[in-house]
Amino acid sequence: METESNFLNIKDVSTAFKIDGQFYDAISHIDLQVQHDEILAIVGESGCGKSTLATTIMGLHDPEETKISGEIDFEGTDLLKLDDDGYNKFRGAKIGMIFQDPLSALNPLKRIEDQISEVMDYHTTLTKAEKHARVLELLDEVGIVNPQRTAHQFPHELSGGMRQRVVIAIAIACKPDLIIADEPTTALDVTIQAQILDVLRDIQKENHAGIILITHDLGVVAETADRVAVMYAGQIVEQGTAEQIFNTPEHPYTRSLLRSMPQRDNEGDDLYVIKGNVPSLQKMPSAGDRFAPRIPWVPASAHEADPVMHEIAPGHEVRCTCYKTFQFPDQKKGSVTV
Amino acid sequence: MWKTILRRLMIMVPEVIILSVLVFLLAKAMPGDPFTGSINPKADPAQIKHLMEINGLNDPWYQQYWNWVVHLFHGNLGNSYQYQEPVTRLIEGRAGNTMWLAFFTMVLTYAFALPLGVYAGRHEGKLPDTIIRFYTYVTFCIPVFVILVLGIWIFGYVLGWFPTTGSVSSDAQTWAQTVGSRFYHILLPSLLGALFGTVNIVQYLRSEVIDAKHSDYVRTARSKGVPSKDIYRHHIFRNSLLPIAAFAGYSITGLLNGSIFTETVFSYPGMGLLFVNSISYRDYTVITALVLIYGILNLVGTLLSDIILSIVDPRVRIE
Repeated sequence: METESNFLNIKDVSTAFKIDGQFYDAISHIDLQVQHDEILAIVGESGCGKSTLATTIMGLHDPEETKISGEIDFEGTDLLKLDDDGYNKFRGAKIGMIFQDPLSALNPLKRIEDQISEVMDYHTTLTKAEKHARVLELLDEVGIVNPQRTAHQFPHELSGGMRQRVVIAIAIACKPDLIIADEPTTALDVTIQAQILDVLRDIQKENHAGIILITHDLGVVAETADRVAVMYAGQIVEQGTAEQIFNTPEHPYTRSLLRSMPQRDNEGDDLYVIKGNVPSLQKMPSAGDRFAPRIPWVPASAHEADPVMHEIAPGHEVRCTCYKTFQFPDQKKGSVTV
Repeated sequence: MWKTILRRLMIMVPEVIILSVLVFLLAKAMPGDPFTGSINPKADPAQIKHLMEINGLNDPWYQQYWNWVVHLFHGNLGNSYQYQEPVTRLIEGRAGNTMWLAFFTMVLTYAFALPLGVYAGRHEGKLPDTIIRFYTYVTFCIPVFVILVLGIWIFGYVLGWFPTTGSVSSDAQTWAQTVGSRFYHILLPSLLGALFGTVNIVQYLRSEVIDAKHSDYVRTARSKGVPSKDIYRHHIFRNSLLPIAAFAGYSITGLLNGSIFTETVFSYPGMGLLFVNSISYRDYTVITALVLIYGILNLVGTLLSDIILSIVDPRVRIE
């Protein structure tokens, strides 16, 4: 997937956290590319490393508590080689981030206007009046009905949906090339979710930005994503276009995820549940297929000793060879639970 | 915001009434009667009864309470048995001393505590933080009077830098000399009081700064590309000072109460020393008056806290 239009190239990136004096990989050997004008969804269950990937790209980790290796090539600059000051020229300006919890992401003591214009203080030379005009323009863009009023309010006076719109307005204030949205709709109810996703799509079209959308909600992915990367236990196990992932999923984990999604045509049936949990960082196996323990009926010989990505169609990659023989043990007792 | 303050003031009215009833009833419950000790022990019990009658002491308690309140509003808190002079005059002479002591202690407390707390929180886990925490733990463990006595011994006796008793030197003649002497006398007690008072604030502020450091809104600020020092200036400091500022009003009354120790050890003629003396001489009228005053000051302190909070925190304003 090395094409000219990739402006973000994540190469072999691992992030390890210090736990009791030892470093454990939260994400390992991630390779990803993002192009302009596309929405790349990263999906996976809680604890698989999605958010760690996002905060690694943003450089938000405490260098004393984390060890990051690899290369993040952003428009020709390796972000991982930058110091904090260097990184600050990218954060907010060229990379915007939308956080999961709009209730706590805003400073409770500052007016909305100040929180939005703060990002412009550091990355633009706009005058006060210009910034004020831009704040109103941004609030209008993210669908705030009365920008003049909202600009003067404090976060606690806004609803959750409005706060998330403000967080988005902050992220897009300087027209970044890359927007990382970490579960932007998780804390919101369904109607607001759809509106927020619309806002994201509109912004992307207008700014030609690339969006990394992190979510565990496959419905959101199906609705918005151009490409999808599926993560499990700190690794990408499958990636491809949204059509490839939804129509011809190959990796056992992707297939299990899709099967565990409620569908209208199997209403009344028991929902498929993937047994077990994502292993904790300390208990992560050092070799072998990390998903193997959760599909115990697949013989060990089907897995690779050191699973690598295999390109099975243009742009469609799958980790490990076990996908070739994988079958759901349907109707067998014990594999399908409520 | 004026609405918040007005509402808060109105809540205080019933609080003061309840407080005064409680103080009055407690005074009534104290053993003995007002005449024991002030008249001839061989006096005829019938005569005492008569005295009780004409002084209204056999009336129902609510009537006695009403009389007491009416006297209060006339500025009459009764006579001290020990000093044989009006309680109001006794307190008048000492309230100023206590206020100045409390004021200086508070200024010094915050002057020490704010930089220490912020610094410790910012450099959490580093050597300076460890030293600051060690200081707070040690000071927290030592009783106040031990610190005071040690302070007097070291700075007042061994080094001889400060006077150890009184509020003003007797040979101060001019106005300037008096002010200077008063300040000189107040310095050591307020320094030692501050040494003790900083402990809580430092610990509190330190954990507030650490909390704020890891908060989501600070992460948002970092993702905006705000440099570290500006994040501290614009986000962390203000937000972690908020509970400290709110506590300031209440801490004023804490200092007044704390002055009981300081004034006793330093023989500093303030309300605290008067209180301790009155208790040992069972000077009921003075005790009642002081308990009432301390109680009202506590209410005023919490009122101040609420007002400060409504100024600094937009979330508690009533629109």
